[in-house]
Amino acid sequence: MTTAVELVQDAPLTIGGRTFQSRLMVGTGKYRDNDTMVRAIEASGAEIVTVAVRRVNLDRTKQEGILYHLDPKKYFLLANTAGCFTAEDAVRYARLAREAGFNEFVKLEVIGDQETLLPDVQGLLEAARTLVREGFKVLAYTNEDLVIALRLEDAGCAAVMPLASPIGSGLGLLNPFSVRTIKRRLQVPVIVDAGVGTASDACVTLEQGVDGILMNTALAAARDPVAMAHAMRLAVEAGRAAFLAGRMPRREVALPSSPAEGMLD
Amino acid sequence: MTQTIDVVVNGERRPVARDATLLELLQSLELDPRAVVVEHNRRIVRRPALGDVRVVEGDAIELVHFVGGG
Repeated sequence: MTTAVELVQDAPLTIGGRTFQSRLMVGTGKYRDNDTMVRAIEASGAEIVTVAVRRVNLDRTKQEGILYHLDPKKYFLLANTAGCFTAEDAVRYARLAREAGFNEFVKLEVIGDQETLLPDVQGLLEAARTLVREGFKVLAYTNEDLVIALRLEDAGCAAVMPLASPIGSGLGLLNPFSVRTIKRRLQVPVIVDAGVGTASDACVTLEQGVDGILMNTALAAARDPVAMAHAMRLAVEAGRAAFLAGRMPRREVALPSSPAEGMLD
Repeated sequence: MTQTIDVVVNGERRPVARDATLLELLQSLELDPRAVVVEHNRRIVRRPALGDVRVVEGDAIELVHFVGGG
């Protein structure tokens, strides 16, 4: 059988000088248990896996850091600055992550609003500039605003990550036009991050031509995270293939698929 | 002179031996130095230097690692 992968001519995804085959990136939070997480990540085919930096729990005798469950030789661990509400905090977390981790990449989040978890783009730009100066490869989680995306690229970010919809909302891609515009105007990779709910959301997102997608809750909160991870893998491949194939133009009127000629009297 | 001093580890006051190094602090907490990153009064102390830095009364120490996140 010919696989879709053989039929689609696609370049690998390169971010900050590193090359990846999978356009699907996944988080490691909120799974009901570590075994489910490991199997879901495996099923997703993701190479880039995000982690968070937090205090070690001193009350437990056995420490259960994520690295006890995920092989850092098998996955590219991308630390985030989730939970940071100021540029200063985000820079602090990024530095700790670099020390804890295996690479100079960071998924930079500076959150501006507790309820929506929407980004504070001013703090984000400030933190991005500082971290780029310190040699970090910054993947900046931002909203779907073109001008901010351009500023983040100017600041030297390795990738820009506009949201599909708020973190953990599962509302899907709310603004395909804006995401498409960002992709069209930026040179650095555009990775949509957050808000995907199910496979069709991922497919539609990749159909916009973006370079990749990152999700966590859509897998972790699915009834069967491993099966959903498989579905997401297929959806991302399908969406990317459809984008490369080039969709037909939209028409407001019908156009018959069968010949108009040769009809009986 | 007492044998212990109080430092703040991950936001909680804890007694440690006077003149203890950060490495000794980790050992007393049964933490593998390879599995945590140590921030001492807002400055990251790299693993090879953990045995050289001594804590003093009131120091703020953060011990962090990677956990699940999106």
